[in-house]
Amino acid sequence: MTTQPRFAAASRLLHWLMAPMIIAMLFVGVGMAASVSRRYDLLVSIHRPLGIAILVLCVARIVNRFINPPPDLPDTVSPLQRFAAKASHVALYALMLMMPLVGWAMLSAARYPVVLYGPVRLPPISPHDLTLYAWLRDLHTVLAYLLFATFLAHFGAALYHGLIRRDGVFGSMAFREKGSMQFARTNPASIQNSPQAP
Amino acid sequence: MDMKPLWFNAAAATKPGLPIRLGAIGAVMLSVTGAFAYTGGWLSPERLTQDRMMAAFREAYGIHVGFRRNHAKGVCVTGWFESSGQAAAISKAAVFRPGRVPVVGRFALAGGMPFQPDAPSTVRSMALRFLPPGGEEWRTGMNNIPVFPVNSARGFYDQLLAFSPEPATGKPDPAKIKAFLAVHPEAARALALIKKREVTSGFANSTFNSLNAFRFVDAAGGPTSVRWSVVPVQPIKADAAEQPEQGDENYLFDDLIAQITQHPRQWRLIVTIGWSGDLTNDATQPWPEGRQQVDAGTVTIDRASSEDGGHCTAINYDPLVLPAGIQPSDDPLLSARSAVYARSFKLRAEEQHEKPPSAVTPMEAQAGGKS
Repeated sequence: MTTQPRFAAASRLLHWLMAPMIIAMLFVGVGMAASVSRRYDLLVSIHRPLGIAILVLCVARIVNRFINPPPDLPDTVSPLQRFAAKASHVALYALMLMMPLVGWAMLSAARYPVVLYGPVRLPPISPHDLTLYAWLRDLHTVLAYLLFATFLAHFGAALYHGLIRRDGVFGSMAFREKGSMQFARTNPASIQNSPQAP
Repeated sequence: MDMKPLWFNAAAATKPGLPIRLGAIGAVMLSVTGAFAYTGGWLSPERLTQDRMMAAFREAYGIHVGFRRNHAKGVCVTGWFESSGQAAAISKAAVFRPGRVPVVGRFALAGGMPFQPDAPSTVRSMALRFLPPGGEEWRTGMNNIPVFPVNSARGFYDQLLAFSPEPATGKPDPAKIKAFLAVHPEAARALALIKKREVTSGFANSTFNSLNAFRFVDAAGGPTSVRWSVVPVQPIKADAAEQPEQGDENYLFDDLIAQITQHPRQWRLIVTIGWSGDLTNDATQPWPEGRQQVDAGTVTIDRASSEDGGHCTAINYDPLVLPAGIQPSDDPLLSARSAVYARSFKLRAEEQHEKPPSAVTPMEAQAGGKS
């Protein structure tokens, strides 16, 4: 088995910085859309600045992807899986970028202030229009579910590479240079497949 | 030719421990999905959510496509706020610096029925949107009652259902109301105070109260617990002083429009300062008399229009749209109101293209309110 090339340090840093932010955002979003409790206000005040932070990081990440292109997948990955990987990454990037923009435009169309912190507010980016708001508000929900589904597929595929294929794809994004997840080494049956096995 | 397996690596499938690994991945996927569903309230039918609150509004008031779920009957107004500068000592909000700020407001009657006939005892509301330069706006919705009937989201939900008309009689079931008051003694006390209030002849001489407490924050970060009211400059006339025109179901709104058309109407914005120990998390309880009050300035309303095409229609008077210098208190109703208003706003925005004309039409408003 060949050693799988790894993502650049900047790419890994951006990935692991944004992963918890996006997962938190999905849970904050679905929670606040249901809540009428005291938490609602807190969740809203987290959701807006966190969304804008993700937007800024997403732009940085797209720029980074051109500077540091991702490593190729190992040859053992089938064409269909290659296509699935490519499509899911295009979807992830598109959704990461669209979610905050649609959110910002949606709040703008309703003339809700986009409060970041204290007196810091973002200007509206769309006309004040109830019909436009309704359309963007529904789009925000649909995209959120799509993002959650795409995240699940991405997470599932990562675990599949890390636990079953152990082809170095998981390790290419991990902080530690390893071909598979740590507990794979504790399983004697897997040692022969680990690139670091003696 | 390179013969890659199309999907599944057969060699991997023969590895020992594979079912466990696959099972582990499945369990992780299920857990994450389950946590997401739990957060969204889908796994807890007992939890009070925005959707369940909307269902209670439907139960209580019926379906009225395109209208606000509560305070459905209303008119839009515009004018300005002339700040006295006196509240600037306790709040750093730009709106309290001396000077003039445009306002967009809405007068309405409580309840989700957009075509209910105006009646003296129906709770009246005034919502205001202050628009100081710099975008730090302030929205507030106030009512002409001294206290709110309930002090929690659950209390509000229970009240909606308890006072819903029975399909058979078209009237609320007294047994349900009795049961509600037994579970919510705070509502029984508050409703007694509400019943005792002085009802004036119209919107223009009504006092509207914030009911919820808020926190003013001064330039040094010092907090002050406050409630506020808009108190009419117009002389107060008791309700019996003016009889509604025969058959005019919009007489309160028509009078208001006629009065504003005649000359601008004014209210003083009075901020009441709570003492330490005054409850800020219970809107059913009035603060004791004799609290210090600050006259923050004067609200002048010089234009009124129908909601249809009006400046207040595409606005959610969310009580948590606050400038730096005004913060929410620990009152749980504030979050509940904000959440429920947002859901109501979303629904009526989606239904906007199907909405029938409002009770007070543009033609009626332009005619100076019929009278």
